[in-house]
Amino acid sequence: MSELHEHRTPVTLGGLAEDDPHLQPAAKNPGQVERVIALTFVLGTVLIAGFGACYWVNAAPWTLGATMGGGLFFLGVGLVAWGKYLMPKGPFVEDRHSLANSQVDRDAFAAAIVERGGGVIKRRKMLGGLLGGGLGIFGVVAIFPLLRSLGPLPKGTLFHTDWRSGSYAVDQSGRRVQVGDLAVGSIMTVFPEGTQDTDRGQAVDQTVLIRLSNQNFTTQKGRETWAPLGYVAYSKVCTHLGCPVGLYEQQLQLLVCPCHQSMFDVTNGAIPNFGPAPRPLPQLPLYIDGQGFIRAQSDYHVPVGPGFWERS
Amino acid sequence: MSSDVVETKRMKKQALGPYGPVGKALGELDDRLGVAKGGRSFLDKIFPDHWSFMLGEIALYSFVVLLVTGVFLSLYYIPSQAIVTYHGSYLPLDGARVTQAYASSVDLSFAVRAGLLMRQMHHWACDIFVGAIVVHMARVFFTGAFRKPRELNWTIGTTLLTLAIVNGFLGYSLPDDLVSGTGIRIAYSIVLSIPLVGTYLGFLAFGGNFPGTTVIPRFYIMHILIVPGIIIALVTFHLILLVRQKHTQFPGEGRTEENVVGSPMFPVFMAKTTGFLFIVGGVTALLGAFAQVNPIWQFGPYDAARISYAVQPDWYMGFLDGALRIFPAWSFHSFGYTIPFEVTIPAVIFPGLVFGLAYAWPALERFVTKDHAMHNLLDRPSNRPRRTAAGVAVLAALGMMFIASSTDVMANFFHLPLNSVLWAMRILVLLSPFVAYPITYKICQELQATKGGGKRKTANIVTRTEEGEYVATPAPVYVDDRHDELPATEVPKFITASPPAPEDDDGVRTIDR
Repeated sequence: MSELHEHRTPVTLGGLAEDDPHLQPAAKNPGQVERVIALTFVLGTVLIAGFGACYWVNAAPWTLGATMGGGLFFLGVGLVAWGKYLMPKGPFVEDRHSLANSQVDRDAFAAAIVERGGGVIKRRKMLGGLLGGGLGIFGVVAIFPLLRSLGPLPKGTLFHTDWRSGSYAVDQSGRRVQVGDLAVGSIMTVFPEGTQDTDRGQAVDQTVLIRLSNQNFTTQKGRETWAPLGYVAYSKVCTHLGCPVGLYEQQLQLLVCPCHQSMFDVTNGAIPNFGPAPRPLPQLPLYIDGQGFIRAQSDYHVPVGPGFWERS
Repeated sequence: MSSDVVETKRMKKQALGPYGPVGKALGELDDRLGVAKGGRSFLDKIFPDHWSFMLGEIALYSFVVLLVTGVFLSLYYIPSQAIVTYHGSYLPLDGARVTQAYASSVDLSFAVRAGLLMRQMHHWACDIFVGAIVVHMARVFFTGAFRKPRELNWTIGTTLLTLAIVNGFLGYSLPDDLVSGTGIRIAYSIVLSIPLVGTYLGFLAFGGNFPGTTVIPRFYIMHILIVPGIIIALVTFHLILLVRQKHTQFPGEGRTEENVVGSPMFPVFMAKTTGFLFIVGGVTALLGAFAQVNPIWQFGPYDAARISYAVQPDWYMGFLDGALRIFPAWSFHSFGYTIPFEVTIPAVIFPGLVFGLAYAWPALERFVTKDHAMHNLLDRPSNRPRRTAAGVAVLAALGMMFIASSTDVMANFFHLPLNSVLWAMRILVLLSPFVAYPITYKICQELQATKGGGKRKTANIVTRTEEGEYVATPAPVYVDDRHDELPATEVPKFITASPPAPEDDDGVRTIDR
């Protein structure tokens, strides 16, 4: 039998005897550690098998996670412990060679680029220029029609909403709002008729309609006719970052944005009196028509929502 | 006959050589690819042992969990903003008009076997991924592992953090629920706030004014293909650089700038790191099983006109949200144009500065210290008090901003006026770096001055002799403090280079009968 191994003899531990302390496990009591690791492997295997069973019978989600997670965890702990306590403890060392090459090699590399490559281009300047021009045009083309077609240009989109002169204010379900629909001190979200089901209507045209008691309402200059019978309407899009200003503090008569806590005084032109919003919520001019429907006199006079460069 | 069979088996075995089928297979592979030498030196590669070197592994393995669970989710999720009427297995939403994205997210949570677990694991793994990157980065920063020759890897790492945050945000947006939709709205407004080109960028990215119909499909392709593709490429490059440049190590006995001391790649490091992969996967699965995260069915579908209280993003967006909350309402209007500084400064310029500082740090430090040498040995943070203090100062300010993202919750919880909480956070954010810097600096100095810093001091045993003389003798060192590591040795060569086996000239095997 022994002659079978004659040519390639394994195991001469280059400089290390088999009983060298570097090759011994780190654990002082390897037998005990081995039993503990065996236990974790058994537990892990059982739990992984349990995961299969839970999946098979479509058990509750937490049992799936508990069995798979526990199984992986025990297998992992056992494997780490095996590596840490039972494998050769070392430490072993290896040299760190400098990655840098000799100056000659570096010069040769640089020369190949600068002289060989550069020389070729210098000799044929026109070709280089033409190729460069072609690639440059490609870059422009890539940005202009290709990237450009991702979306429309803003143009005036951000400056107006779908509120028009005479637009009926409707609620979420599309019902026209009438005088008497709102009790004093309460609010509702309204849209210009026809947009209540559209994304744009929801995102841009959303407006808070509030019925205030007239006594403490401060009318802004030039808005004397905008709030008939205490009905006042403000854009619901926060002027900070565009969240819907969805909370109404009835006692203080403040509209509050839940995102960053800007607060707008509804009795005074929705001027912000707290938080990061820089501008009042735009006010929608309202009128009440002969049948008692609440309608818009016009679109908002200023862009709604957060600030942007072109906004004056 | 039977002896013939035995002989043949033995001969076959012999023909395979002493390493059996594995050796044979490796031989075939080496014939074609020449892997023996490189493979051998890869298996012998030394990895230094220190608990803090495991932080990057957490990031790597949580990314593995993200990939696996993400593939699962992508099989059931439908990236469409088309409106459908929900008739799925979550009855409270029955009849609601929702987007297909939302409906499929709810259904994959309830109707798909293990779907909820996979969704929660994916979300948890993402939170862990970003967290592990941050902590790993802090380790690299405070120990000076980013210094020459590893600046490029620091740059890659910073890019990976940015991409991880971006992809986290994109993925968080995909279910199209009320909370994530509000996050998209805020992101859109932040893009709008960029001077000059903001509106154009916003319209191109979203295919028009918010919300448009292309957000979800576009975010989806970014989230599952483009960004992860870049992340995989950069992670690969990150690890190749790590292998090529070899890992840094802490100074210690036998450890020099010119060597690496630790355990070999195979089998010791491989066992530990594979075990660690299982542990990370296991912990994520346990979190997915027992810790509910992002219950989108409770938030409801996104509707631009609705919102709920206490809207908070995932934790890694917290510092941005906090900055947006506490920044004053300073909008700039002039010459017919607006710069919404109340958004641009906290949400564009500030994060730009923080990440810019991270990218620039290795060069900045080289410039200040004039240190252009190679560094393979790590610093103790206390030995570099200025760097450590600067890092702690930045982390303190970011931490305060993170806390500031819950001003409303804190005001509610502590029954304080929101205004007081807001002002307190403004002051804390501005003050914290200036408090953190000197304190950290002083602690570092004190630690440097302490002999054997970080180790327990041994007591002196004072004895009184017969003559009344007092003698102090140092007590023996604590067992755990004793340095009982062996001097490092080379990885044993299990194969010695031996002369090539003489081959039979005629190729005829004689079978011994």
